[in-house]
Amino acid sequence: MKKVLVPVLLSTLLAACSSTGTFDQPAGGAAVDERSQGAGAGAGVATVTAPSAAGSGIAALTDPKNILSKRSVMFDFDSYVINDEFRPLVEAHAKFLVQNPTMKMLIQGNADERGSREYNLALGQKRADAVRKALTLLGAKESQIESVSLGEEKPRCTEATEACFAQNRRGDMLYSGEF
Amino acid sequence: MRKLLSAYRLLIAVALTVVSAVAHAQLSIEITGAGASRFPVAIPVFENEGSLPRGVTDVVRADLERSGLFSLVDMGLAAFPVTAVPDMASIRGRGADAVLTGSVFQQGDGRYEVRFRLFDTQKQTELGGLSMRMAPAQNRAIGHKIADFVYEKLTGQPGYFSTRIAYVVKSGPTATPRYELQIADADGMNAAAALASREPIISPAWAPDGQRLAYVSFEAKKPVVYVHTLATGQRQVVANFKGSNSAPAWAPDGQRLAVVLTKDGQSQLYVLNADGSGVRRLATSPGIDTEPAWSPDGEWIYFTSDRGGSPQIYRTSSSGGSAQRVSFEGSYNVTPRPSADGTSLAFITRNNGRFQVAIMDLATRQTTILTDSARDESPSFAPNGRMILYATDSGGRGVLAAVSSDGRVKQRLSVQAADVREPSWGPQSR
Repeated sequence: MKKVLVPVLLSTLLAACSSTGTFDQPAGGAAVDERSQGAGAGAGVATVTAPSAAGSGIAALTDPKNILSKRSVMFDFDSYVINDEFRPLVEAHAKFLVQNPTMKMLIQGNADERGSREYNLALGQKRADAVRKALTLLGAKESQIESVSLGEEKPRCTEATEACFAQNRRGDMLYSGEF
Repeated sequence: MRKLLSAYRLLIAVALTVVSAVAHAQLSIEITGAGASRFPVAIPVFENEGSLPRGVTDVVRADLERSGLFSLVDMGLAAFPVTAVPDMASIRGRGADAVLTGSVFQQGDGRYEVRFRLFDTQKQTELGGLSMRMAPAQNRAIGHKIADFVYEKLTGQPGYFSTRIAYVVKSGPTATPRYELQIADADGMNAAAALASREPIISPAWAPDGQRLAYVSFEAKKPVVYVHTLATGQRQVVANFKGSNSAPAWAPDGQRLAVVLTKDGQSQLYVLNADGSGVRRLATSPGIDTEPAWSPDGEWIYFTSDRGGSPQIYRTSSSGGSAQRVSFEGSYNVTPRPSADGTSLAFITRNNGRFQVAIMDLATRQTTILTDSARDESPSFAPNGRMILYATDSGGRGVLAAVSSDGRVKQRLSVQAADVREPSWGPQSR
């Protein structure tokens, strides 16, 4: 209803508004046109609400006693190499993907907040790609995994401290139904 | 359970819609620096303006004063009807080098006619005038048009007061934030949300027609590029390939977009049609290529790349070919944004650990840092190239700020109790 009303309202306003001939206007004076004389930005904008994705899991993947419930690989500053401490975690998830070939995984890479959002998106992608490559080297299929980046947009920790930044340099593994 | 859950979701959706209808806090603009020598201009209240529900003169005055290029000379409440030539010597005697006179005429049909004339009190000549018809609700739009006229006559450059800006507002609790892509007039008024989402929205980019925006939304749990028509709310996915899709940049023809895709490996530049068809790779590099921006003549695409070890600005022909490095000073230069006349480039540079707005003269490659803040992002030129809008930080909160291309005029635009980021200045209205 709202979507229909707004353009109608706008066109009514536009129809109600036109410039008459100019007076005393020297050559090269500012032109006045109809389109730019709406009642302002708000009148020409219809609000859309984006849908939210659903989320649910599988028992083994959410059981806190199972290593598969752990989903984050943390990275050092300016680094895109998986540290040894995360090898068992990556190996467990690779094994799960091999044993469950219909399961799909979305890897979301993240970056700390310093600098440009789009450049940080690219840095987060490098982290997601590092996790994806490790999983495929361990036998998971390329077709099972998509690596994407959330850049600096979904920080786990929001303070501007080094400890906080470290928590935000990570790759998160999500399974079918969780994204 | 599932039914209950979806009923609950529906309830949330309804609640959100209600909130969005009332919670559009306006951007408030604070002037924090002005031009060195401001042009003194007198703008007496338009004759018979009291017949309008909301006035025009105040809009004109506020626009010109906010630009930092003009100072207003008070003329009291004396009437200066548009039908008469004012006493320019006496106005000049009060310190004004120009005077704008105007009158409002009530029409029989509930509409109004506004006539104005601009005079140069030094040369004692008329610089021009216009007559415009308006509905009462159009007082701000008409005021911006008049301010554009005065600005252009007195500075020789087109005004930007009738343009619009886009930006993203993040509000609500940290655990369940709300993101809105908002559109407002250049003075921060008439803000309206084009898109509301629980997931981040970044990189809004105006189409040259001023009617559509491209942006990146994370509502699908990954970055996807959309093109959104503002008047209808119609959205089209233009890039949703395997991996990340981001950094949309319109070609000056409004027919194509440069985007960054990771479908073939790491972040690389591609060009596609505005409906998402005809994807072709623009460049192949061993590192990250991102943040494309077209030169206004369509010949070049400026972008950020770390192919040389640190993020620097490069450019490549929009038809492909080898890249040339553009930035050399420092170890972090990102987000290149050319001015509409193609002579300068705004970008973000890291200077002693602080991220600041810089401008480069593309002919001489001379670079000037324009700000003294520490967390500047996303510079965006006004269509006339005089101001640069950008995101920065104030007391831990995201705000927008604007700086003139000579660094003198400074403004801050903020929304109370919310984070504002990712500004993009729309094109000149045509």
